[in-house]
Amino acid sequence: MSKTVCFITRNFGKYDPDSLAGYEAIGGFRALRRALGMDGYAIADVLAANGVQGRGGAAYDMGRKWRQARDVQGAHKCVVCNADEGEPGTFKDRELLTRDPFQLLEGMIIAGWAVGADNGYIYMREEYSHLRPRILSAIAQCEAAGYLGDNILGSGLNYRIHLYSGAGAYVCGEGSALAESIGGNAGRPRMKPPFIKQCGVFHLPTCVNNVESLSLVAPLLMDDEGYYKRQGTPDCPGTKMISVSGNVKHPGVFEVPFGITIREIVYDLAGGMESDEYPLRLVQLGGASGRICSPAQLDTPYTYKGMRQADLTAIGSGAVLVVDERTSVIGFLRMTQEFFSHESCGQCTPCREGNRHISLLLDKVAAGTHTEKDIATLKKFADIMSSASLCGLGETAQSALLSAMKRFPEVFAVKEEVAVR
Amino acid sequence: MSEMVHITVNRQPLEVPAGTRVIEAAKMLNIDIPHLCYHPDQTIKAHCRMCMVEVVGSRKLTAACSTVVWEGMEVITDSKKVYDAQTGVLDLILADHKTNCLSCARNGSCELQDLCRRFNRLHPELPDISSNEPLRIDNPSIVRDPSKCVKCGRCVKVCSEVQGCAALTYSSRSADFKVTTAFDLPMDETDCVLCGQCTLVCPVGALVETDYTNEVSAAIQDPSKHVIVQVAPSVRVALGDEFGLESGAIVTGKMVTALKMLGFEKVFDTNFSADLTIMEEGSELLERIKNGGKLPMITSCSPGWVTYMEKHHPELIDNLSTAKSPQGMFGAVAKTYYAQKMGWDPHDVVSVSVMPCTAKKYEASRPELGRDGYQDVDYVLTTRELAKLIRYVGLNLSDLPDSEFDSPLGIGSGAGAIFGATGGVMEAALRTAYELHTGKTLPRLEFDAVRGDVNAIKEAVIDLDGTPLKVAVANGLKNAEEIIRRVESGEADYIFIEIMACPGGCIGGGGQPIGTNNAVRDARIQALYEIDRSLPLRKSHENPEIKTIYEEFFGAPLSSRAHDLLHTHYHARKKRHDFSHLK
Repeated sequence: MSKTVCFITRNFGKYDPDSLAGYEAIGGFRALRRALGMDGYAIADVLAANGVQGRGGAAYDMGRKWRQARDVQGAHKCVVCNADEGEPGTFKDRELLTRDPFQLLEGMIIAGWAVGADNGYIYMREEYSHLRPRILSAIAQCEAAGYLGDNILGSGLNYRIHLYSGAGAYVCGEGSALAESIGGNAGRPRMKPPFIKQCGVFHLPTCVNNVESLSLVAPLLMDDEGYYKRQGTPDCPGTKMISVSGNVKHPGVFEVPFGITIREIVYDLAGGMESDEYPLRLVQLGGASGRICSPAQLDTPYTYKGMRQADLTAIGSGAVLVVDERTSVIGFLRMTQEFFSHESCGQCTPCREGNRHISLLLDKVAAGTHTEKDIATLKKFADIMSSASLCGLGETAQSALLSAMKRFPEVFAVKEEVAVR
Repeated sequence: MSEMVHITVNRQPLEVPAGTRVIEAAKMLNIDIPHLCYHPDQTIKAHCRMCMVEVVGSRKLTAACSTVVWEGMEVITDSKKVYDAQTGVLDLILADHKTNCLSCARNGSCELQDLCRRFNRLHPELPDISSNEPLRIDNPSIVRDPSKCVKCGRCVKVCSEVQGCAALTYSSRSADFKVTTAFDLPMDETDCVLCGQCTLVCPVGALVETDYTNEVSAAIQDPSKHVIVQVAPSVRVALGDEFGLESGAIVTGKMVTALKMLGFEKVFDTNFSADLTIMEEGSELLERIKNGGKLPMITSCSPGWVTYMEKHHPELIDNLSTAKSPQGMFGAVAKTYYAQKMGWDPHDVVSVSVMPCTAKKYEASRPELGRDGYQDVDYVLTTRELAKLIRYVGLNLSDLPDSEFDSPLGIGSGAGAIFGATGGVMEAALRTAYELHTGKTLPRLEFDAVRGDVNAIKEAVIDLDGTPLKVAVANGLKNAEEIIRRVESGEADYIFIEIMACPGGCIGGGGQPIGTNNAVRDARIQALYEIDRSLPLRKSHENPEIKTIYEEFFGAPLSSRAHDLLHTHYHARKKRHDFSHLK
């Protein structure tokens, strides 16, 4: 049985990604023509029927999202493609942007039609600046060919796509911070409500989707044989792009059917551990905000439900970071903590201050000087960050720590000489 | 009628209008959900996360300030989970807050202290990691203490949403996240106008007035000095708040007694010089109308507004009345007319003023407001600092008997009194301008159309016995900006405009007691109108002391001596950061 599939990646290598004509020659923009003959709700229904959940990390039902976006009243609406891809260890969107930019644009235009938007924005992380010429050229070619602009293909749809670059903040992948950033403000998340769907970019109703989610739209609309739905498992059909990195032989991006196990991802797709000398210590799934998987959990099926049942991050960004025994659990946690201490926007107390204290407590754990009380404090404030922060960054910043405390309790055990003092 | 929603708070049923926020709903059951960033007059920030509560069915905790009730909502504020979260957030804030409480200006009026007392933080759980950033003393009015800032953002909101200055803003991120000025510049080199509204909303001691109580005490103790004091109209309806009296309590007589017991040689009333301002400014207006002078004429008594104009709209310099503010006029009169009368060398006179305002401290330092090597006003105390001095000598204001201001310079009309409320300068000017212009007696003294609401704009056409006079009143600088827009776009052709920098006018000034909010402002405005109503003397030009000073000293309004002492000029103030060269 093949462990990788080609659905969203079916065009990779099949055309020159700088050429619209090349894309059209392999059937590009047929999905758009089909979509323009459909009602927006019918398009949302196709996504819902295929059980597509958003690929950005929150795994929101995509058909539902589009339906709600369609429902929102507003003279102007926006579609945003979230290409911030800031979760450490995540680089699958880069592949889609690099190797199949037109499929993404086609998805964005369909989104504009489906939800009734007049502008689409690609918010691309600063580190992908080298891709700007390609994306800008793709947009320009689409405009020249009438796929963007006024009255697209005679449908009456007026829709334009704009490319924005972020300035490097992780938090700008969060929808409302992203909206602030596009608006020219500092990238700090807003309180919710109002939700982005009602008040997003430039305070207009906004439908935000990840690169991978939008790239799925065109192939799904053309999937008359139901190929997508036959992949994966009955309760989690379809395919997913994953980014495998860390101490493996062949790190990279793979399109896998849902239901593959973590073990298969690590040992079959990525070629196994980098060195036989150093066995697997842990796998972090879904990026820095993801939970930690112990070696005992490697047979967990890679599905939303399976991961949730195993108390792991349900897919998230699709990052799979494999760590071998050269890195200690506490060393890994301190590195993750350093990331969040750097990337917190600082607005809300739990995240801004919580990160500082947790860093100090992790230093103590690393030095072996921690007490039982320190561990209780660590747990308490990690919980407060999760339950009381303003946005998803603070909420998930301690996922690694909290899961490690469950899976590697020995790391946090108080040393005898400290305990007797 | 708004739709009603049924909820429970701690299992008690409650019916509230749809759209009510959880924090306000709980208040209806007398449950005070702890908060720092929430402020009743501001839009919601949801930053501090003190107000986290449980809502049955929600996995995460819910911010009570930002969450609107829904039908069937069950709110829990008394569970262990809520207690742990609230005390945890409090401990996080506390660990980052320099706790030198005993020497803090806000000792006793600090909302963080209140929370610590409420939650009995005998043993905070986290180590002190507060910064040692030094005090920022870079202007005559406001001191910043970044080490005490709790990053609640109230100052940022008031500065941008009410005052439209956005001088205070957020910078940096994570542990470095802070409230500061553009490029960390000194406050008065930014768009700041030193109005001090930030000091009113700051829950802690991160933004306070520059304190001159020690200097004033020392001057009083110096036998070689004649220390005199003037008190602004709005102080007498606000000072009581500092001593537990209800909002809007009128404490004029007790305040005068306290000032005399403090050792001030003479206690005078700024209402007197408010009347003087009306004589000069009213005459100036009539003269401008008659001689085709620059119109609209705009009032100049609010130093926050004057600074705003100089920094943001220097094109309006000629529109401003050249009349000094009542503080400025009083200072000039005290060290000339009064000093001569008393046979004092003006260099031996220490002129103190008690103002509702931090910008007045800056105003007193302006080089135009002095001569012969002295400043007309030496020290400006805010209402808050006066309360400190009164407490310092062990007095309790509410126990004191009443006394009268000293004379001359101690009689003020009702028109002078209402200077402290938005629309008051306009009304006072109209009372005098009408009678001077028409030679007739006003049938009714109250000009209801210009009596302002807090944080609002009022427009009216006043009939000066056949001559229509289009006027406008604005309080809060964001409203001032809107008035300017209407004038500069040609949308409005006002003749006379009153602008007060602070919401509600001086009764809502940045030097007023902590706790001043819009409800309190309303009570104080009513109190000033009550003072006006109860006085037999309600027109500036009928003030006997005003008549005397013109007879004895100035001759007539706008005379050469009046110009010399009672009028001033303004200048464009360049901001250090100028981005006009950028597109």
